Amino acid sequence: MAKSESEITWRDLNIGTIVTEPGSSVDYRTGSWRSQRPVLDSSKCIRCGMCYIFCPEGCIKLDEKDQFFKADLYHCKGCGICAKECPAKAITMAEEEE
Amino acid sequence: MTTSVATRNQLYEVRWHGRGGQGAVTSAELVAQAAIIENKYGQAFPSFGPERRGAPVVAFVRVNHDQPIRIRAEITRPDAVVVLDPGLLQVVNVTLGLKPDGIVVINTRKTAEQIREEFKIKHALAVVNATRIAKEVLGVNIVNTTMVGALLKATGVVKIESLTEPLKARFGKLADRNFASMKTAWEQTVVKEKE
Amino acid sequence: MPKRVGMEVSIAVAETVGLCNADVVAAYPITPQTHIVEHLAEMVAEGELDAEFIPVESEHSAMSACLGSAAAGARTFTATAGQGLELMHEVLYVASSMRLPIVMAVANRALSGPLSVWGDQSDVMAVRDTGWIQIFVENGQEAIDNTICAFRIAENKNVLLPVMVHIDGFYLTHMIEPMLLPDRADVDKYLPPNNYPLPLWPEKPVAMGDFAPPVLYSEAKKAQEENFAASKQYILGAWAEFSKQFGRQYRPVECYNCENASTFLFTIGCFSETAMTAIDELKKQGRNIGLVRIRLWRPFPYAELREALKGAETLIVLDRSISIGMGGPTCSEIKAALYGQPQQPKIVDYIGGIGGRDITPEGFIEIINKGIAAARDGRHPEYEFYGVRG
Repeated sequence: MAKSESEITWRDLNIGTIVTEPGSSVDYRTGSWRSQRPVLDSSKCIRCGMCYIFCPEGCIKLDEKDQFFKADLYHCKGCGICAKECPAKAITMAEEEE
Repeated sequence: MTTSVATRNQLYEVRWHGRGGQGAVTSAELVAQAAIIENKYGQAFPSFGPERRGAPVVAFVRVNHDQPIRIRAEITRPDAVVVLDPGLLQVVNVTLGLKPDGIVVINTRKTAEQIREEFKIKHALAVVNATRIAKEVLGVNIVNTTMVGALLKATGVVKIESLTEPLKARFGKLADRNFASMKTAWEQTVVKEKE
Repeated sequence: MPKRVGMEVSIAVAETVGLCNADVVAAYPITPQTHIVEHLAEMVAEGELDAEFIPVESEHSAMSACLGSAAAGARTFTATAGQGLELMHEVLYVASSMRLPIVMAVANRALSGPLSVWGDQSDVMAVRDTGWIQIFVENGQEAIDNTICAFRIAENKNVLLPVMVHIDGFYLTHMIEPMLLPDRADVDKYLPPNNYPLPLWPEKPVAMGDFAPPVLYSEAKKAQEENFAASKQYILGAWAEFSKQFGRQYRPVECYNCENASTFLFTIGCFSETAMTAIDELKKQGRNIGLVRIRLWRPFPYAELREALKGAETLIVLDRSISIGMGGPTCSEIKAALYGQPQQPKIVDYIGGIGGRDITPEGFIEIINKGIAAARDGRHPEYEFYGVRG
C-alpha cells in the first residue's frame, strides 16, 4: 500500500498529481464508516444474487468455497440495501460491536 | 470533578469524535452557544471538508471565560475528548494530543475499567450509555445532545441550564426531551480519575 | 439594540444581508459559501426577507444577473468562493467598469488543481485587477459590520462601485462564535435606501455596456481609475460613520502591538487573529514583534501601509497563496509599495496556510523566528514555502 497521506513529500507526486495506480480507491477502507454491518443467515439464503446486484459499492462478492454472497467488510458502509432487497430476508443489519 | 477541570484553565478545548450525520457538529455548537449565553467566549467548528454520512468526523469547541478566542486552527492538544460512537475507538486514535490531565468522555455500554483495559487509555475517563438513554428518552439512537450532558458532568465547562436556550432555538418543540436526555446522561455519567 | 448571538458566521452574514433589506440575491452554491446562500434562500422563502432570490445555473450567470439587477437600481447581493469566483471572472471587470453597486461576499477558497474546497487566498489574488473595492475581515463581527458598510460604500452616489467582502473560507465561514447582531432600526439608520442615478428605466432610457474603440478606451479607463481612487475618502467616511453609530472602527491598515516594534509580521484575514496569539506569547517572553494587516485591499492603501512600516527593520510576510512562477502575491505588492521609500525594511516572504493547511500560534512563532534569522543572515530568496514536506 502507498505512503499515508501525511508522509507524502512533494517529490513523491506524479506530474499534475496524476494517479497511475489503477483501482487505487480500493486502498481507501471505507468500512470504518459504518455503524451497522450485514449479517447473513445462510440457512435462508437462496443464492439469488440480488444482494450482489443491488450493492451500490460493489462490495458483495461470491465466496467460491461455499457459493454464498458475502460483504467485503473493508469497504461495506452498512447502508442496508442488501438487507432490504433480499427476497428471502436472509440478511439482517446488526449494530457494529463496540 | 464536575466544576474544577474547566474553570482551572483559561482556554478550554474539546474535541468531538462522531460520524457524519450523528450531529457531532451540533453538539459542539450547542456547547459554544451555552458559553456565549453565560457571557463567556465560545467557538465551535467542524473539521473542514466535504461531509459524508458515516465517515468519522471531528468537531471542535473552545471556551474561554474572559478572553475573546482568536485562534483559528484545529485543536491539537484538547483538554477533553468526547466520543459519540463507541465503534470509533477501533478506528480512530481519539486520545491523540489529549493533555495528560485531560479526560475522555465516551458513549459506551462498557464500564470505565473495561474501556481502560481494552483500549489502554490512561487518561481520566467518563462513561455513560448514551445510546440507551437516547433510545429511552428521545426514541432515537442519536446521542449528540445526550453526550453534552456527559461532557458537562465530566468537565463542568458550561452550566447545564445554559443549554436551555440553544436547545430551544435548535430543536423547538423537541428541546425539552433533548434536555431531559442530556440531564439523564449528566446524572448517570461515571467519572474515573486517570491512572 | 444589538443582540449578542452565538451563530455560524455564514448565517450571520446572511442575516445581515436581510437586515440590509437586499432586493435581489442571484447566487450559485459553492463550498464553503453554501450556508450563506442557503440561509438567504430560506429567509426569502419564509418571508423574512422581501427579495427576489434567483437560483442561477452558474457563477457566470450569477454575476450577469447581478449586473442586470444593480442596473435596474435594486440592492444586489451575491456570494461565491474559489472556482466560482473564477467562473465569473470576465463579468467582474464589467461590473466595475459599468460602475454598478453590487456587494459580494467571497468565502476565500483555494483554486484548483489539485481540487481543494479548503480555505486560502488564491481566489482573491486572481481578482486583484478587476476594479472591485475589496475589504478583508478577520472575525465574525467584522464580517457582519463590513457587509453593512459594503452596501453603504457601494451605493454612495460618489462611489457607485461593486464591493467584495473577503471572509476566509471555513476558518471564518464555518465558525460559530459570539457576535453582536444589530437590529433593523440600527441598520436603517446607517444605510440609506439605494438610489442609483442612471438606472435602466423605460421612462428615461439609457444604454449600458458600450463598446469603445482605441480613441476612447484610455479615457474611459482613466475616468474609472480616478473615481476608484477617489472612493477611498468615502470608504473612510463610511467607516467613520459606522464607528460613531456602532462603536467599532475599521481602518485600511490595522496594527497590533506595533508601538516600539522594529520587526513586523504581515498577515491578511482571519489568520491574523491566530498571529495575535503568537505575538502575545512572544511578548510574554520579552520579545516585541508588531503585526500589520491590510483590511482595505483595493484601493491599495499605499499611504497607510508606508506609515505603519515606517521604522521597520525587518518585515516577515505570510502569503496564503502562491503565484506560480513569481512567488507571494501579497509580498510583491508590499515590496512595490515600499519601493523608493527612504527607509526600507529587510523583507522575507513565507508562503503557507494554503489549501486549508492550518497555521497554529506555534507555527507563527516559527515563521517569525525563521524570518528574523534569514534577514539577519542576509538571505533573501524570493520566497520560502513554509511547512511543505520534502
